[in-house]
Amino acid sequence: MSLPADYLKYPWRRHGMDHDRYGFSNLFERKPVAWPNSARVALWIVPALEFFPLNPSGKPFKAPGSMVTPYPDFRHYTTRDYGNRVGIYRIFRVLDELKIPASVAFNSVVAERYPALLQEVTRRDWEVIAHGVDMDVLHYGGLDEAEEAGQITTSLEALRKASGQPVTGWLSPAKSESFATPDLLAAQGVEYVCDWVNDDMPYALNTASGSLHSMPHSTELSDRQILIDYHFSEDDYVEQVCDAFDCLYAESEKYGGRVLCLPVIPYITGLPYRIRAFRRALEYVLGHDGVWAATGSDILAAWRKAQA
Amino acid sequence: MMRDPKLYEFWPYIDRPKITWPNGARIAFWVAPNIEYYELDPPTNPQRKPWARPNPDVLHYAQRDYGNRAGHWRMMEAMDKYGVRGSISLSVALCQHHPEIIEACIERDWEFFSHGIYNTRYCYGMDEAQERAIIEDAIKTVDDATGQRIHGWLAPALTHTERTFDLLAEYGFKYTCDLFQDDQPQPIHVNKGRLISMPYSLEVNDVIAYNSYLMSPRRYGDVLKMQFDQLYEEGAESGTVMCIPLHAYLVGHPHRVGPFADALKYITSHEDVWVATAREIADYYYENYYAGICKLLGMTPGEERA
Repeated sequence: MSLPADYLKYPWRRHGMDHDRYGFSNLFERKPVAWPNSARVALWIVPALEFFPLNPSGKPFKAPGSMVTPYPDFRHYTTRDYGNRVGIYRIFRVLDELKIPASVAFNSVVAERYPALLQEVTRRDWEVIAHGVDMDVLHYGGLDEAEEAGQITTSLEALRKASGQPVTGWLSPAKSESFATPDLLAAQGVEYVCDWVNDDMPYALNTASGSLHSMPHSTELSDRQILIDYHFSEDDYVEQVCDAFDCLYAESEKYGGRVLCLPVIPYITGLPYRIRAFRRALEYVLGHDGVWAATGSDILAAWRKAQA
Repeated sequence: MMRDPKLYEFWPYIDRPKITWPNGARIAFWVAPNIEYYELDPPTNPQRKPWARPNPDVLHYAQRDYGNRAGHWRMMEAMDKYGVRGSISLSVALCQHHPEIIEACIERDWEFFSHGIYNTRYCYGMDEAQERAIIEDAIKTVDDATGQRIHGWLAPALTHTERTFDLLAEYGFKYTCDLFQDDQPQPIHVNKGRLISMPYSLEVNDVIAYNSYLMSPRRYGDVLKMQFDQLYEEGAESGTVMCIPLHAYLVGHPHRVGPFADALKYITSHEDVWVATAREIADYYYENYYAGICKLLGMTPGEERA
């Protein structure tokens, strides 16, 4: 028995990355970034409003949060819907009381089904991020490129029309992409993408079709990972977010402005027993001088200005 | 397939001859950062898919890449602060991809050993020529990049064949990190030459601690201290080895690096701790204990091979 000879061939073994999407860069050897008003940490809150069909195709895999039991899985369907009806309003209230803006990621289907939710965001002058069509319309290697471009158009057109915003941020459902996704996004006017979790700061991606940046949308500090995947308690969530903030805040003195991103899912963080933990974490962060609560597009604009 | 691999002799953890590390130390402590390269679009081994999702698995690829862009430098700073040199379990293609990281490790006199070419290329199903090819590739690649002849092995993604250890000994490797049967080094049965198992540990490996045992960052720091306390105590009877195997893509995150640094501070604040690299531990063991322990176990000591 042996493996095909190609298994020991390494066509991308070279200096830099094994692809052309971006170049290598050491986080600690970059030009320090100055945030507005000399802020040290930009706080970026990203709630995601998602629609999980009752009859998912699961193609090519089921996104986290999808239906679990045999059809009809009303249990998970309504649990997810709880987030969009109740949980998100708890999150909005905390953000309002603490005067924190958000970048809210919408499946376009959610904006169409629940226009009131989109209006909550636009009336506050917060940012709408495109989060694909729904949680069962994934972008993945092997997906026909024209079909994928159509999915992106569907999402962006619906969200741009309904919000009146340019909608320049993108979060792929399940952070799943094809090889072409960044090219297709840039071609349709997207300026930043949240899927590449390899950095704590924004950085430029190469595309075939225009400027595109990666924004540090955290998976490690997401409520899903800490509370659901790792089964940690609400106190642990607060502790880990605060520890992360302390580290970034300390680094900012020497290395320039940092970004603390907290992704929140309303059916996770918006539960009655969890919402106060979210508030406690935010209060801790805001208790420091030099914290700039901002939207993704504002953070990216400030970062780009600092590169000039 | 073998029912019993007969890798080593059974050796109860009582009444062992006393090992004393240099300067009377009772515990040899080493840290093994795995500096890995995972490919965005690797070929598929028939026995194991490289990624959970279809290529490109952007999310999981980027999670790994975080280690090289961001996490590594935080982890390294914590190790610098407490005077701990790393013994690097290296995806050797990193010498081509990120010589910037290699240079930083050379500056600090860290040791390199092989963790395969990429952590997305597995040994399952390799024939002997193929396995020799990756061993020779690893030796040459690291030598070209660093001037170091590698002497240790941790199979890529812990994927092995039945002949892995015989080949390592034949090529003059001194130690393998692939076996988890003991808290002291131990001679391994090989056809030619000699080889010892170096205690590496999956139990306090950050991947296992965080992702299998679901430990919080602070609990992981506490676990490292508890692991140390026990091995330190036992080391008074016969010297023990403690390793902390790491992955910068995990431990190097802002919420995790602090408790890890605390554990290093705790461990290095003790007397009689030999902070070493794996090769230093292996060399000292060969020089002082290997032949005697082979004899005790009824094994013929192997000769050193160039």
